[in-house]
Amino acid sequence: MSAIKKMVKLRIWRGDSKDGALQDVEVEANEGEVVLDIIHRVQATQMSDLAVRWNCKAGKCGSCSMEINGKPRLACMTRMNMFEEGETITVTPLRAFPVIRDLVTDVSFNFKKAMEVPAFEPPADLKPGEFRMQQVDVERSQEFRKCIECFLCQDTCHVIRDHEENKKSFAGPRFFIRIAELDMHPLDILKNRKQTAQEKHGLGMCNITKCCTEVCPEHIRITDNAIIPMKERVVDVKYDPLRWLGSKISKREGIV
Amino acid sequence: MSGVFSSTRAKISERTLRTDRWWLQPAITVAVLASFVVYASFRAFEAKNYFAEPLISPFYSPCLTSRCPEGASLLGHPFGTIALFGMAISPALLILIFPLGFRMTCYYYRKAYYRSFWQSPPACAVAEPHSKYTGETKAPLILQNGHRWFFFAGLVFNVILSIDAILAFRNAQGQWGHMSVGTLVLLTNATLLWLYSASCHTCRHTIGGRLKHFSKHPLRYKLWTWVSILNHKHANFAWVSLFGVALADVYVRFVASGSITNFYFF
Repeated sequence: MSAIKKMVKLRIWRGDSKDGALQDVEVEANEGEVVLDIIHRVQATQMSDLAVRWNCKAGKCGSCSMEINGKPRLACMTRMNMFEEGETITVTPLRAFPVIRDLVTDVSFNFKKAMEVPAFEPPADLKPGEFRMQQVDVERSQEFRKCIECFLCQDTCHVIRDHEENKKSFAGPRFFIRIAELDMHPLDILKNRKQTAQEKHGLGMCNITKCCTEVCPEHIRITDNAIIPMKERVVDVKYDPLRWLGSKISKREGIV
Repeated sequence: MSGVFSSTRAKISERTLRTDRWWLQPAITVAVLASFVVYASFRAFEAKNYFAEPLISPFYSPCLTSRCPEGASLLGHPFGTIALFGMAISPALLILIFPLGFRMTCYYYRKAYYRSFWQSPPACAVAEPHSKYTGETKAPLILQNGHRWFFFAGLVFNVILSIDAILAFRNAQGQWGHMSVGTLVLLTNATLLWLYSASCHTCRHTIGGRLKHFSKHPLRYKLWTWVSILNHKHANFAWVSLFGVALADVYVRFVASGSITNFYFF
């Protein structure tokens, strides 16, 4: 039995940092295909110089992030059968980052922000091989380790998407889960991680509108499990005088 | 030009290319929240038809001024009569700040009204209309960090409204062992409010979320896992409990004004 074939309409943004436009194209689609398959077919048959970043085609490398019908998505995980019959599918590069060419953007902002997050700091007397942790103590952090760094959360976050000037002072949801992961880690002893989250990485800029959670292809509950818990931890050390006083009278766990 | 129209970004003239009805959810939120605010304001200023033995409207409990009718004041009249420009203030206005503050600073409602009223952003990947954004780093929005104080005040209100529901197991003459539709209404309202509070992110943090080592606190860890389950449904509880408060007030108003009779099962 042969696979069902049909023609689909696409509008693909083509251009560079100086200029660009959406270009219409019609291409064949087969049953079971995803948007990345269709883009590859366009590249093979009609636009041989179309720039697109991709790698694993399995939703694990985070390379093929783009905006499909205006929503930040992984092209390799967006199935063609989710679109209506005859619907024109619009494909653009990520709109929060500088465009390089066609569907490829410069996401180096994220790597700079990654370098600004203070690294994991275990107790000085613990040597490699001596780390011992209970499963219940690390499972919160493990959720955040699922991140594939597709940067869809960064792309959709209005703090930087709609305000270029905030990029200086805002790390973004991907790095809030990194900070939360470390702050919740049972062996991380770095002091002031909460304070720097607020003062240096811009946690207070987040107004918890949850778009990062909505677009995460790994279904990490970024807002509920990382950002809001970090905001509460920041309140403990910066905005709650009773907790602060309590921490001075007796050493309380978590208040550092 | 800033945001998605910045010079380095892909040149696309539309603020969004979304094709779904992204505007529907914020529109519904505006309609529902605005309706509630209008109704609650009307009822808070009306200052009548809020008590019909043994039922009291959640908008007026605890009733703390000497305007409150006999039997409506669980905690007495510590404020006597408070007047402004010669007019006695409604008892509802005295306590309004606590439930209002709890909901205004709630992490879920913040998402709801930032998106729908302030359009910041109206929906995901839809450009917001503001030229500047500082989030919750400056006054007045930095006060959102006081959510926990309203959470604890809200717990006190939950206790009082639960007592109101228990007192509703009496008849209009004050005899115990009776149950009416009003009893069910107040019980449902109190239950929904407890669920809303228990599912709160601050509750989740306080009960165990702030700990670094769950393994050293097995009881708090267990409680945290339960609260986490409820926390998944926090948005649902936020809405349902809001409707619960409004409907409980509507019911008490109808009974108190004589429009309907509070039906007793026994």
